[in-house]
Amino acid sequence: MSGRETAGAAAEKPYVAATLIAPEPPPPSARRVSKARIAGTAMLLLWVAAAAGLLAFLAREWNPELLARYGPSLLSGLLVTVELVSLSVILGAALALPVAAGRLSANKLFGAAAYGYVYFFRGTPLLAQTFLIYYGAGQFREPLEAAGLWWFFRDAFNCAAFTFTLNTAAYQAEIYQGAIRGVARGQWEGGRALGLPRAIIFLKVIAPQALVTALRPLGNEVIFMIKGSAIASVVTVYDLMGETRLAFSRSFDFQVYLWAAALYLVLVEALRRVWDAAEVRLTRHLQRAQAAPKARKAAGKQMGA
Amino acid sequence: MPALAELFGLLSFGPEGWGDELLAGLGVTVALALVTLPIGLVLGFLLALAKDSGERSLVTSATILTTIFRGLPELLTLFIIYYGGQIALQQLFRLLFDRYIEFSAFTAGVIALSLVFASFASEVFLSAFRGIQKGQYEGAHALGLRPAATMRLVILPQLVRLALPGLSNLWLILLKDTSLVSVIALNDLLRNTNIAVGVTKEPFFFYAVACLIYLALSILSSFGIGGIDRWARRGEAAR
Repeated sequence: MSGRETAGAAAEKPYVAATLIAPEPPPPSARRVSKARIAGTAMLLLWVAAAAGLLAFLAREWNPELLARYGPSLLSGLLVTVELVSLSVILGAALALPVAAGRLSANKLFGAAAYGYVYFFRGTPLLAQTFLIYYGAGQFREPLEAAGLWWFFRDAFNCAAFTFTLNTAAYQAEIYQGAIRGVARGQWEGGRALGLPRAIIFLKVIAPQALVTALRPLGNEVIFMIKGSAIASVVTVYDLMGETRLAFSRSFDFQVYLWAAALYLVLVEALRRVWDAAEVRLTRHLQRAQAAPKARKAAGKQMGA
Repeated sequence: MPALAELFGLLSFGPEGWGDELLAGLGVTVALALVTLPIGLVLGFLLALAKDSGERSLVTSATILTTIFRGLPELLTLFIIYYGGQIALQQLFRLLFDRYIEFSAFTAGVIALSLVFASFASEVFLSAFRGIQKGQYEGAHALGLRPAATMRLVILPQLVRLALPGLSNLWLILLKDTSLVSVIALNDLLRNTNIAVGVTKEPFFFYAVACLIYLALSILSSFGIGGIDRWARRGEAAR
């Protein structure tokens, strides 16, 4: 009965709309300008104003003579900074391995020594450590001369590099031991079940997995070293910071600090980008099929909305 | 090398010893860190809220701030704030009040250190926010809580638990970074140590003592942090 009725109705009034409603944008939400947008726009405007002020300051104080005079020395300072950091990070990595081994070892004495080393270097300021070694070495001049090491400790750059190496070794040791501990126990057991010797298990099974975990904190550590290396300027090393302070003390022109800031920011940001790209490349075997990250991102956006 | 007893005599209090100077310096160091901490925490929390807001202009402006202060060496930040602040403040006051004003090293230290602290803390808070399930917000909404009450009663207690490890790390970094103000002539622990070294010519001993004092501060802090951690977890079932 009802079927016939609807059939009749359909004949008179087709379900297909005869007139189309023109497409319209969705109605405006109740509050068009949220507080967040007001605050955000205000902050952005503040940034724009700050950048404009900075540019105006630089334009007014622009001094090609200053750039010609101190520009090259700042760049050579940058080179010293890079040298100092790469030397310390690489030597620190070599020193960190035995310390990490100590932290992981079952031998109580070895473990306590490694723990004490790490605790001291992570618990005290880098500046105080640098003073301790640079000025402290001067006090032990005679024994150092007798040992034939005085030429090394006489130079501020060597002392700074030595301190930074000891410091970063402590931090890197913690990173490595954490990463090695993070590898599942079954990996060791699996290696043993295959009859591999311990050294080979470590090199071929554990280390590659641990390094993947260590990659990100290691990148942060390198960035911390770049920033920390500015401390070397306090003990008369003419790195980027040292050259900048020298230029400022001679010219009393504040803009040299801004140049140095730009150089440091570029250095740190470039390293971070390169490190991120390297991490993606080195962990590509761990990433899911290509669609997955995109889908995850979309899901994250939906959740955030 | 003088005998050990003589060396420790140098640490005595009074006109001959350096104990009182070091203690005064320690006071400045601790005061600097304690003044910086709340400012940095609040600023870092606000930055995290901004980055989490989803409002693009807010995210961008917060990201600019944190990128700058996470990338600059702390020493350079301190110099820029100290000298730049000095120039800016003096020009401003000359323009407005026709007066000369001193920009103290302590203020510069607090501003620089809290900007750095806040930039790193915002990342800690941000990842802590990500660790709180959406259901918590929905549950609070269902109970009829307003956004401010939701934040205070539901989100913050969990956020503290999640952010505490990262924040305690930042606190230890802050304690060590206060030593940088010695370079701009604020009489903190390290600078008073420098003065003692200049007079007594005993660098190794005095810097070792300073290092041990910093070490004692961080050991003391880890006890405090342990206490806060237990307090933050008091609602969790005993394991």
